[in-house]
Amino acid sequence: MLETAKSTFQLSAEGLAEVKKELARYEIKDSAIIPALYVAQKENKGFITTAVIHHLGQVMDIPVSKINEVFKFYTMFNQVPVGKHHVQVCTNISCALEGGRELTNHICHELGVKLGEVTADGRFSVSRVECLGSCGTAPMMQVNTKYYESLTPESAMNILRGMK
Amino acid sequence: METKLLTEFYHLDEFRFLDGYKKNGGYVNLEKALKMQPQAIIDEVKASGLRGRGGAGFSTGMKWSFLPKNNEPRYLVCNADEGEPGTFKDRLMMERAPHQLIEGMIMSAFAVGSKKSYIYVRGEYYYPVEVLEQAVQEAYKAGYLGKNILGSGFDHDMDVYRGAGAYICGEETGLISSLEGQKGQPKLKPPFPAVKGYLQKPTIVNNVETLAAVKYIIRDGAAAYKKFGTEKSPGTKLFSLSGNVRKPGNYEVNLGYSLNDLINNEGGGMKPGRKLKAVIPGGSSAPVLTAEEASRATMDYECLAQMGTMLGSGAVIVIDDSQCMVDMLGVLMHFYHHESCGQCTPCREGTGWLNKITHSILEGKGRLQDIDLLVKVADNMKGRTICALSDAAALPVLSFVTKFRDEFEFYVREGRSKVRGSFYAQMHH
Repeated sequence: MLETAKSTFQLSAEGLAEVKKELARYEIKDSAIIPALYVAQKENKGFITTAVIHHLGQVMDIPVSKINEVFKFYTMFNQVPVGKHHVQVCTNISCALEGGRELTNHICHELGVKLGEVTADGRFSVSRVECLGSCGTAPMMQVNTKYYESLTPESAMNILRGMK
Repeated sequence: METKLLTEFYHLDEFRFLDGYKKNGGYVNLEKALKMQPQAIIDEVKASGLRGRGGAGFSTGMKWSFLPKNNEPRYLVCNADEGEPGTFKDRLMMERAPHQLIEGMIMSAFAVGSKKSYIYVRGEYYYPVEVLEQAVQEAYKAGYLGKNILGSGFDHDMDVYRGAGAYICGEETGLISSLEGQKGQPKLKPPFPAVKGYLQKPTIVNNVETLAAVKYIIRDGAAAYKKFGTEKSPGTKLFSLSGNVRKPGNYEVNLGYSLNDLINNEGGGMKPGRKLKAVIPGGSSAPVLTAEEASRATMDYECLAQMGTMLGSGAVIVIDDSQCMVDMLGVLMHFYHHESCGQCTPCREGTGWLNKITHSILEGKGRLQDIDLLVKVADNMKGRTICALSDAAALPVLSFVTKFRDEFEFYVREGRSKVRGSFYAQMHH
């Protein structure tokens, strides 16, 4: 998904200001790569493309290969498009013991997508994730930045259906 | 019974904010600490017997003593990259009591002579980061951070750094790599971070709970702190209880507390009609205990080590008789394979094979010799890599296969789980 010679990306004025602030914040410039990727991902509908990496390389004056390497290492940077509401369901051990995998299957079934896919209307994408530190309130899902805990298949779908 | 030392005021919403924190004894002891000799604080922490609460259980005072005795700038880093499956105590501590951590960190920074600290928080913890960032701002405004703190002449700056989703960044050298803007790959030790850490400068990396506990050692003194817990494992510990119990949650108890009591009193026991099958006592990397072993275990470093497992991060994962152990090992192996950073061959390849072999058994394609193959692969992964992730993947395999071998053999022979109603049993019918 990393292609497209045609695709372009440019940070907004606010985004650029934020990246510059991060560049000045730490002892070394490289420490600003992760924060900058967060800013750019938010401005690029939730995922990172080659165009994003190249733009960041330019504005940060850091080699593109360096930024690309960091981008690929961390799971919170999406390499493929995600829905407006990116649903991440934990299937690690504490959640698996309390029905996290059944919950994942139910959500995929109800939304009509497989893991990693985006719904036709672009509203939802679903992925399974490793432990998010919500083990005492399992099973759980994270939708964008927010945790939803102690779920049942029904309560999870009610929450998702309420999202525009 | 719970012993609420660190968590005494966690039920108060106001404890999250500076005013409420101060109302309940906050920052009083910082003044006391700043009037002490830094070495006296290190000695007090050493005498308290405090051990790292993140997983390794290494003596905190000892770790601090490894710093070079010179004027080289040094860093203090709080490891809040809580990622060990089953663990959710640091999240609670940051959400409910950010100033407790900040106060403990300022005291610790003063002790080790650090003018700059970072709190490295896992990327998914948006809310804890928000709470912490607010609290750091409050602390700056009140003069607890910045120049000449409380007129002591001590300067200290603190910043919060968000990770981006990588279990390996919980390993202290992986965390340092990440903080330096690199892939979060661990580094060879020695040199240890205390000698060459962040930006090649001496660096102390301590867990959230460890740093918060420092405040109470300063407040009450090492002797008073040692009255909690056991002789060799002093203090209290937050245990994250999860899995098939009625009342999962974080519980602070004395070290040395009975595991049986933790599950049955604090945890409310098993669900109706269910029996305990197994317990993972210290996070997913800790070898599993059978129900019989669990009934004899006490939650201290020594007892669990003697039983061949570990206290780890204090994540107690309870598994009842409706669960299939082959299935649960499959869940864990998927995790370790996903999280291996790929640097060392035994780990990168080994976790892949362990995941493949376990899932081949789960799909009904296992051969009897695959059970011993799991053991062989796991054995070859131990002690041969830069960091402990490889061992962390190998140890569960060895304990699951040894202690629940009948379930693995049944699965291979019959091509299905011995446990009716378990996840894969449902999928196959």
